[in-house]
Amino acid sequence: MKKKISKLPFRGTAEQKQQLLDVIERYRSDPSRLMTVMQEAQEIYGYLPIEVQQMIADGMNVPLEKVYGVATFYAQFALSPKGVYNVSVCLGTACYVKGAGDLFNKISEKLGIGADECTEDGKFSLTACRCIGACGLAPVLTVNNDVYGRLTVDDVDGILAKYND
Amino acid sequence: MYRSHVLVCGGTGCTSSNSLKIIDKLEEEIAAQGLSEEVKVVRTGCFGLCALGPIMVVYPEGAFYSRVTVEDIPEIVSEHLLKGRIVTRLLYDETVGKDEIKSLNETDFYKKQVRVALRNCGVIDPESIDEYIAQDGYQALAKCLTEYTPEQVIQIITDSGLRGRGGGGFPTGRKWALCAPNKAPQKYVVCNADEGDPGAFMDRSVLEGDPHCIVEAMAIAGYAIGATKGFVYVRAEYPIAVQRLQIAIDEAREYGLLGKDIFGSGFDFDMEIRLGAGAFVCGEETALMTSIEGNRGEPRPRPPYPAVKGLFGMPTVENNVETFANVPQIILRGAEWFASMGTEKSKGTKVFALGGKIKHTGLVEIPMGTTLREIVEEIGGGIPNGKKFKAAQTGGPSGGCIPASLIDTAIDYDNLIALGCMMGSGGMIVMDEDTCMVDIAKFFLEFTVDESCGKCTPCRVGTKRLLEKLDKITKGNGTLQDIDDLEALCHYIKENSLCGLGQTAPNPVLSTLHFFRDEYVAHVTEKRCPAGVCKSLLSYQIVAEKCKGCTACSRVCPVGAISGTVKNPHVIDTSKCIKCGACMEKCRFGAIVKR
Repeated sequence: MKKKISKLPFRGTAEQKQQLLDVIERYRSDPSRLMTVMQEAQEIYGYLPIEVQQMIADGMNVPLEKVYGVATFYAQFALSPKGVYNVSVCLGTACYVKGAGDLFNKISEKLGIGADECTEDGKFSLTACRCIGACGLAPVLTVNNDVYGRLTVDDVDGILAKYND
Repeated sequence: MYRSHVLVCGGTGCTSSNSLKIIDKLEEEIAAQGLSEEVKVVRTGCFGLCALGPIMVVYPEGAFYSRVTVEDIPEIVSEHLLKGRIVTRLLYDETVGKDEIKSLNETDFYKKQVRVALRNCGVIDPESIDEYIAQDGYQALAKCLTEYTPEQVIQIITDSGLRGRGGGGFPTGRKWALCAPNKAPQKYVVCNADEGDPGAFMDRSVLEGDPHCIVEAMAIAGYAIGATKGFVYVRAEYPIAVQRLQIAIDEAREYGLLGKDIFGSGFDFDMEIRLGAGAFVCGEETALMTSIEGNRGEPRPRPPYPAVKGLFGMPTVENNVETFANVPQIILRGAEWFASMGTEKSKGTKVFALGGKIKHTGLVEIPMGTTLREIVEEIGGGIPNGKKFKAAQTGGPSGGCIPASLIDTAIDYDNLIALGCMMGSGGMIVMDEDTCMVDIAKFFLEFTVDESCGKCTPCRVGTKRLLEKLDKITKGNGTLQDIDDLEALCHYIKENSLCGLGQTAPNPVLSTLHFFRDEYVAHVTEKRCPAGVCKSLLSYQIVAEKCKGCTACSRVCPVGAISGTVKNPHVIDTSKCIKCGACMEKCRFGAIVKR
């Protein structure tokens, strides 16, 4: 499966960088520890943007291409951050015919992000999901674990506002 | 000395249903009643009967409480632990006899089981090396180092008839014997704990319930083949297993059971954990080694075999968790004891993760040669809701199914292979009459297409084409030619793929085609799904005689496909219906049917 690569500007802190450098220092003598370093880097940053991959490549003394190759091979590594609130719109058939597509577009426009992207402030991310089995409530979306059903595009503002403080 | 022990399951299943909170509450209540000196709470590994979790057993009585909640704890403490009156309403009903409680081992679920690999799971505290040692732990290692030569150890394993429990069933003794004579500056022992089959969790349960047995077995393997270093490759998705294994390794080091000069024998062995990152193909042994080396987990062509050139280019023995779990017992109790269980070519026991349409889902360990009927009907408690058994699927995405007509098959490696199935790591999914076999084949192919690493073309492209054909058939657009093409393509992929993933990926299709070809034919010629699963081939209809005209269905229909007036039978417009099934769920009169 192709992974979505985030276009968000990288905003790592000096503190995070120091943590990563410490991790690299611990493992740099053993090239087979590349995945361990990447796993810990993802713990620190939440995902692996190209800047972090570059730091790992430099620190472990391997080409960036190799780090990128490993990052895209394993399901665990994310190249795009998840927001604090992940909005997931069901695009299953029942929801779709009831206007979930419009719902998705409205949210996308409102947040200024596309599928599998995250807002600049790191607050919201947007995904499209397959049927979640709540067809009777169509169209449906979820924000983290909260489910909202029988929606129209006019409900979008109200729902997003709940998480916007 | 404690007068009573309370064992609470801390496996992943029971932990998910709150067993850790139950332990906290227990300790709090026990302290409140002033029983802390008399009653000991032990958090154990998985008991196996996950369907009844969270599970708690109180000894010496052996009272088996199931589906315990935090609210039940004060009653259990004040009645049972303080006053000695067993709380009967919480007992697993099969253990309740006329005047006394029955032992767990007499219940249908446990009666036919023989626990070797799982012997300590649900019995000891996995985070305590002392409890493991009290169960003869590390005695097998001591025996090997002080009484046997490496050749003798390999001979014992060979004589026992132990075969790899991870899938292929390669004789473990032979694997070790192939590696032992190779001279190299470093050799490795690798434990494959990258359990990826959907529905299989036996390796996780061993690591969570008895991690020391893996540490001990790997050290024994190291001694046998002349390796001083071990790696355990565990899925990052198994946090409890990883944590307990790390505790076990640290404890073993502290006790001098890992490290330099173990038992003063001059033998050095140490090990570390490496985390997988979510790639099914890494369960294949060469891919797993490539992954430990820090690369994309792609398989390598064989030969050279890992016994000659494995991890970091050095001779390596790789075994799966359950295989290792048998080793200490074989050393302690002898090859003959182990070989006395099972069938002619499959010795010992096998752990299965029972799942799907079955009453007792959970982990079972049975002697090889137990029939499928015994597993499904006796141990598993049969199919719920009075449905009929249709087939059992073993081996996950690499395996096949055993149809109801062959339910008396004795389960062992060779019988399963003869049926076009395989043992796999031991997932066993039970299916009833409501399961569509074409749909199941499609489900497994979706999985393989996702997980194919892309290195070789037959697997990368071939599985995708297989899935497209299956999709076409389930949508009612297939032809008889498609079925023949499907079969030909399956054989091509099997013969030409690089590694085990591709070579076995067509098995779910071939097996269902072999036993349920009529279902495939019904999908293409009659455009009908006999099990009523494939949505494109179904239509929802309202039985006019049963419909009371309550309008519940028309209100819930997301697309307004149902029309009718109050108190008159309604009608579904099949051209509008999207087959979501919401109406059928809502109808209180059973008036809506799918055909």
